[in-house]
Amino acid sequence: MPQPSDRLKKDFSRHFKERVIEAILFLAAFLSVFTTTAIVYILVKESWIFFQHVPLTDFLFDTQWTPLFDDAHYGIMVLLSGTITSSMVALLVAIPLGTIIAIYLSEFAPFSIREIAKPFLELLGGIPTIIYGYFALLFVTPLLQKVFPELPGFNLLSAGMVMGVMIIPYVASLSEDAMRAVPMALREGSYATGATRLQTALRVVVPAATSGIAAAYILGISRAVGETMILAVAAGMQPNLTFNPAEPGATITSFIVQVALGDLPHGSIGYQTIFAAGLTLMLLTLVFNLIGFYMRKKYREVY
Amino acid sequence: MIEINMQETQLPLKAEARNLSFFYGSFQALKNVNMPIYEKRVTSLIGPSGCGKSTYLRCFNRMHDLYPGNRYEGAIDFHPDHTDLLSPKVDPIEVRMRISMVFQKPNPFPKSIYENVAYGLRVRGESARSVIDDKVEAALRSAALWGEVKDRLNEQGANLSGGQQQRLCIARALATDPELMLFDEPTSALDPIATASIEELITELKEKVTILIVTHNMQQAARISDYTAYMYIGEMVEFGETDQVFIKPNKKETEDYITGRFG
Amino acid sequence: MNQQELQALRTMIVAHKRWDMMFGLLGILALMIALMTFTALFADMAINGLGRISWEFLTSFPSRRAANAGILSAWVGSVLVMLVTAVAAVPLGVAAGVYLEEYARKNWVTDIIEINVSNLAGVPSIIYGLLALGLFVYTFGLGQSILTAGLTLALLILPVVIVATREAIRSIPQIIREGAYACGATTWQVVSDHIVPYSSAGILTGVIIGMARAIGETAPIITVGALTFIAFLPPAPFTGEPPAGVFDWLFAPFTVMPIQMFNWTSRPEAAFLANAAAAGFILVLMTLAMNGLAIWLRYRLRKNINW
Repeated sequence: MPQPSDRLKKDFSRHFKERVIEAILFLAAFLSVFTTTAIVYILVKESWIFFQHVPLTDFLFDTQWTPLFDDAHYGIMVLLSGTITSSMVALLVAIPLGTIIAIYLSEFAPFSIREIAKPFLELLGGIPTIIYGYFALLFVTPLLQKVFPELPGFNLLSAGMVMGVMIIPYVASLSEDAMRAVPMALREGSYATGATRLQTALRVVVPAATSGIAAAYILGISRAVGETMILAVAAGMQPNLTFNPAEPGATITSFIVQVALGDLPHGSIGYQTIFAAGLTLMLLTLVFNLIGFYMRKKYREVY
Repeated sequence: MIEINMQETQLPLKAEARNLSFFYGSFQALKNVNMPIYEKRVTSLIGPSGCGKSTYLRCFNRMHDLYPGNRYEGAIDFHPDHTDLLSPKVDPIEVRMRISMVFQKPNPFPKSIYENVAYGLRVRGESARSVIDDKVEAALRSAALWGEVKDRLNEQGANLSGGQQQRLCIARALATDPELMLFDEPTSALDPIATASIEELITELKEKVTILIVTHNMQQAARISDYTAYMYIGEMVEFGETDQVFIKPNKKETEDYITGRFG
Repeated sequence: MNQQELQALRTMIVAHKRWDMMFGLLGILALMIALMTFTALFADMAINGLGRISWEFLTSFPSRRAANAGILSAWVGSVLVMLVTAVAAVPLGVAAGVYLEEYARKNWVTDIIEINVSNLAGVPSIIYGLLALGLFVYTFGLGQSILTAGLTLALLILPVVIVATREAIRSIPQIIREGAYACGATTWQVVSDHIVPYSSAGILTGVIIGMARAIGETAPIITVGALTFIAFLPPAPFTGEPPAGVFDWLFAPFTVMPIQMFNWTSRPEAAFLANAAAAGFILVLMTLAMNGLAIWLRYRLRKNINW
């Protein structure tokens, strides 16, 4: 039997060790907060210098984007138009197909098909985007040119379409999660009135899962807006104020790649431009991510 | 083996289970159940939990078809057209359109009160607003809910109290003029006052429709039903008029259960 | 219900079920579109690239002549960058996941950490590139090195590792913890003796998925300013003159597989595009293998769960 004093001492060192470990683990978790802060700090710091050269009104309303020319213009609208156009094309592909796949897998598919389809979709979502970019440029564009011969070799359409396919697994799996979370009691209630699968899916399950499905769409939008390599490879990198997907165009992301590929000296205005573009992108995706985050939280609270 | 006391043999049948067995995969949950269900009467199923009474009830609207690996044997003869409800040739949707169900926990859809009641009609492709209006009102009146909700038909069904939600589910099940209504322990999630109103409602409903009810509460069976069946481990132990089953059961097991010596 | 009504009912059901069947076909069609895209992508790269894949391709440096070019520096670079990423992301991610599940109290600090983790999971990868450019390259002065790239990708996949760790830990039943605490264990003993070992397979799954994502990431590494023409290998790890030379490899310039592929894809000559296809084919095989392994592991895990 140890003396009481010994025991106390032991308890103290044990307690101390526990606290040190907890502090270390806390620091690891807190790294995420540090990362966010660092992102905001770097983007704001460099953009701050940028905005001392370029008035905010020019940035928002100028209709040209020529930061690397002698006659420099900094109208972010030009890049935004490319981002919006390509994202719209992507969503026109990903939302209908992703939703149909989600409804099918959650309400229709027999167990065996679901067991095969879900890992397959996951594999599809894990393919590097550079591969999708290559595919858009060298497979989809030539294919589209057979139908529309006047389509340029670089265009937002094929990049957007391939981006849409890339986002399908994302939209499908998040929507399916939301539908799966709808309690079986609601489905049984519907089936008990004589409803078919489709009636149950469209009239009960989908409405009950609305917030989760909306979250899936919004997070899909955020993905499309932030996608880089497909556009850098297949959409061309010429800034082009257009909403016509059949034209080439630059997006916020592909512009950053373009600048990073060249060698701009650290501290030049051209170098700061990519941080201003990055800040815009960050704010854009942050808004979508936060909306998506709260909608997902909402449906989790309901069920 | 099963003795069925039929003093009112002239009473028309609504349905009749014949040698009904049911399997969850390889587990046999029901064993050769035979039982008549009389038209415009309340028949209740009692027995200890796990005895198969809910499983039996859910055979009537083929709920088991929703899950893989389930299998029926035997038949449920549905009168007057003698459709075998369990036949693979009969579509479960057809069965569910004729036989409606109220569940253990109220499960209103995340829709308005009106749309909850109209659901079965919409599923049947009814789109005439006037027809739906009339049927919704009639169903809500029959479910004794009209007075409480007539001014708030566009509110969410989930905003109602538990007892009101359950009556809303009864209205939903009534709106399509079912021939048989199934109740799966409809009051087990409700407080005593809401329970009393549902019980009263069920006694009124039997004027219009045949009712088969599973109950966890023997007093409830005694209060509301005309016929009672006692089930134990997947078998129908005794079936008879409620008074007879409760006062003078034929089987020792039934008596033990009813007097609380077991279960 | 009389025969006539019954007949009408049956006709209606047949019509309703026709819609059901049509939607079922639509669902399969939608899956088919995804499947066909994948097949086309895979087949296209195989057709164009398989001819280039050879021992020379794997053991040659990039070259101005397409026929002599290979991916030696690219795959070596990828391996070294992944090494740094794993060494940084795995302990940090697991520690963060353990903290959030086993230690964190329900308060606003925890809420802020959780919001940050899920937000970081949705931040576009190119933003991580800008972060690395501003922070690692210019503030910390790490240069455009293997270390910078590895740390950048580690930050990028950290949310994946954290979420996987948390999910794996959450699937351990409470009674295991209670049993250990009842023996007098401290929280750390419970974590290190029980929680982490029992959730290791789930954590491994998440780590592999994260690494598969990292190995294909292009944008953040381009943003850091990584060179694209590297005709030499970084010093082999831990071979330099100790003590300073041991970590020379961390500060060496490098290239990685996806950057090499991007470089070749942006050349107009068909011969280089074939190189791009070959590199892409190998890259896809690598990510598919990693993701496949993770999916298989998870499947095994679900089958073997015995609580």
